[in-house]
Amino acid sequence: MAIDHLLRRAGFGASSDDLAEYEPLSYSEAVDRLVNYEAIPDDVDSKIGQPGYVGTTSNGPFSPDTVINDARQRWLFRMIHSNRPLQEKMTLFWHNYFATGYSKVAGAAKADGGTTLMNGQIDFLRTNALGNLRDLLLGIAKDPAMLIWLDGDTNTKAKPQENFGRELMELFSRGVGYYTEDDVYAAARVFTGWNLDKSFKFVFNANAHETTAKTFSFPIYADGGRTIPARAASAGMQDGIDLINALAMHQETATRVVTKLYNYFVSETVTPNPAFIAGLADTYLRNASAIQPVVAQILLSPQFQDPSVVFTRYSWPAEFVARAIKETGWTGFSVGSALTPMINMSQQLYEPPNVAGWVLGQAWFSTGAMLARMNFASTLALNQKFRLATAATGARSSPQALVAFMTSRLTAPFDSTSDLAAYASGGAAWTGSDAQLQAKASGLAHLILGSPEYQFV
Amino acid sequence: MMTRRTFVKNGVAAFTVSLAAPRFLSDLARAQGASSRNLIVLDLSGGNDGLSLLVPYTDSFYYSRRPTLAIPAASVLQIGTDTSGKALGLHPKLTGLKDIFNQGRLAVIQRVGYANSSRSHFAGTDIWSTANPANSSESGWVGRYLATLAPPLDPLVAWNTTGDTPHALQSPSVSVASIPSVSGYAFNSPNSGAEAQLERSTAATIASHVPVDKPHIAFVGTTAQAALATLDRVASVGTYKPSVTYPNNGFGQALQAIAGAMSKGIGTKVFWVQTGGFDTHASQDTTNDNGAYVKLMVTLNDGLTALYTDLKNTGLLNDTLMLSFSEFGRRITENGSKGTDHGAASVMLAMGGGVRGGLFGTAASLNPDASNPTLENSGGDVTFETDFRAAYARVIDNWLGGDSVGVLGGNFKTGPAFV
Repeated sequence: MAIDHLLRRAGFGASSDDLAEYEPLSYSEAVDRLVNYEAIPDDVDSKIGQPGYVGTTSNGPFSPDTVINDARQRWLFRMIHSNRPLQEKMTLFWHNYFATGYSKVAGAAKADGGTTLMNGQIDFLRTNALGNLRDLLLGIAKDPAMLIWLDGDTNTKAKPQENFGRELMELFSRGVGYYTEDDVYAAARVFTGWNLDKSFKFVFNANAHETTAKTFSFPIYADGGRTIPARAASAGMQDGIDLINALAMHQETATRVVTKLYNYFVSETVTPNPAFIAGLADTYLRNASAIQPVVAQILLSPQFQDPSVVFTRYSWPAEFVARAIKETGWTGFSVGSALTPMINMSQQLYEPPNVAGWVLGQAWFSTGAMLARMNFASTLALNQKFRLATAATGARSSPQALVAFMTSRLTAPFDSTSDLAAYASGGAAWTGSDAQLQAKASGLAHLILGSPEYQFV
Repeated sequence: MMTRRTFVKNGVAAFTVSLAAPRFLSDLARAQGASSRNLIVLDLSGGNDGLSLLVPYTDSFYYSRRPTLAIPAASVLQIGTDTSGKALGLHPKLTGLKDIFNQGRLAVIQRVGYANSSRSHFAGTDIWSTANPANSSESGWVGRYLATLAPPLDPLVAWNTTGDTPHALQSPSVSVASIPSVSGYAFNSPNSGAEAQLERSTAATIASHVPVDKPHIAFVGTTAQAALATLDRVASVGTYKPSVTYPNNGFGQALQAIAGAMSKGIGTKVFWVQTGGFDTHASQDTTNDNGAYVKLMVTLNDGLTALYTDLKNTGLLNDTLMLSFSEFGRRITENGSKGTDHGAASVMLAMGGGVRGGLFGTAASLNPDASNPTLENSGGDVTFETDFRAAYARVIDNWLGGDSVGVLGGNFKTGPAFV
């Protein structure tokens, strides 16, 4: 049970192969394997298109570097099949944290260029998935997709552009209420000249940099100094580095980031113990804004392993889709079939609704989005109808045996399976024929995956 | 930190005990239904530049402060002067809305906002949603209004046309339907015939088991129940044949679904619709046909004009009030990217058969002089004149027949009499 929970939260659930790999390990060994994923080869992309893995669907050759829907499918493929599940899980976390939308990027760089730039950002987030927030902030400040998304490419000394500076403090570090409007103006001036060249590569335009001093309402330097000094334009990039170095190490930032990680891994609804959050923030600050030790501390904590939080976090659509496929089976299924349903579930990858990311928790569960989940369950169950029936051959003796088989394969915290049993035994008398197994196994998969209980990780 | 989490967490327990019993639905739909008035709330998300929608074309500072974004006086659609004597005109693409204005069915309310306007999209949206600048994490104003209706509430009492439930519709005791696509609002099955029917009835049974000790599962179960209980009525909306052709974009199609829901009399009182892209920091371009703001105005005009005409043709206009808002206006002086940054007060629009059309409120003087009382932020932004809650109060009291003091938590009955 502990391993199941760990793989649902720190990954995208477990296929039977995953369980076989992790179950021999102790809990702390399993955490170690997840967190220290650099030791595991990252060869998942080479498996796309090979037999034994979930399929993809494209117009023409599969082109994830230049076609956005193919990029989306590649990421779903990675969520399902990567041997580094925590890396993908954290990449998704950062995609929501530094939420950047493809449409605006493609508006500037065309569809293929926009896809390339978005992939560049996601790959950067993946590379730094458990890295330092300081490095993430600096990289994202120079990231071409972000420079288009928050208009940094137009930020010049003639007229500073506030968009990135504001969100850097409001969403990426300190949080709303912990900066002033004057800080926004100062931050905009700090990043003047952080622009793009004609081929959408980051460039520091010294000529466009505003060189006067910038004063903030919070400390920038170790001595408590709040003013970034006037500098020659040629050295002006240091302004932004100074600001990011400061923001990454503020207590407000530490508390905000570790609380988001707590919400992601432990609970959205149980208010964290302040001492627990303080301890995580302390770990973050003592390790120069490193995320890996914070995540390891969370996964090893009693709070994470508390039975009362198991199956209580509202699953994100990407989590729901990937786990449903991993548990139900994927041979003959294409992740392309998930793209439109995920729009209807309110999570289109590479297209968060705005820079604040998706609204999480209960907000995933509007009536329309719940129907989209139920209908994706139906699509997957229909696709896997014959394979499920074949797998369930050993459970053809009775409706109850079939329900037991299906609920062991598709994991959800049902108080009772009597509704499922009533469905399995409903209609024509039980014979256990192939046709009946196909109907009932797929019907049960549909009902379980579409149940309220299954929507939690 | 601004978040919905506190509200959501506190809301769950109350939510699960106030379930509407599905068997009452058809009666409820009738009781709360088609003959009563509808409200459509339109969210112009991103922060609408009120000075480009309603142009103060005789203010010389408008032209000096917006060298590339100002709309030439000759091309604005003049709609007269406000009570301060200032001449104003609609954006040149709002031709349909000007006709509606001339028919006396469009109110343009100037300088709506609140003190110390937030320049954050998210805090600003939350403030407009909660109607509470002091606590933007509580329930939404529409949700609180719906909660005052006699229970049990029909699951279709409110229809959100976007994917996520907007904060304004959130309430501990009211569930609203989110139906971005009528055709996608269906129950599929891997089987057919009787087997598929058995799946649907079993899904409803599973969803109806609301475990009191697991409020999160109860919440999703309630949502699933509401979805299953409303499938057939929503499907009827898909058969609606409008009297006009709606624009083939998300906004136009959402408005067509709203007209269809009204026409089919499925019982919805409040609709929520959104059109985005108003966060015009760069290349705002207010005058060229492919310009960003021009496209926004075309989308707005064509959608609302189609809705107005359709409802007029079908006799539903007198039951309909559309109220638009945006989380903030934009900075007066254009930025170096030929765009505008986050500002303060902006305009609201109200449209419908019961609207008293006209210009409400007074325009700001755009003179950046520090002593100009109509501006704030060192002359950078337009200061509010009408509290946004006064507009809400007008709608709650005079259109919906509710109690604005209770819903808004204070007396804001001071607003312009646009309805």
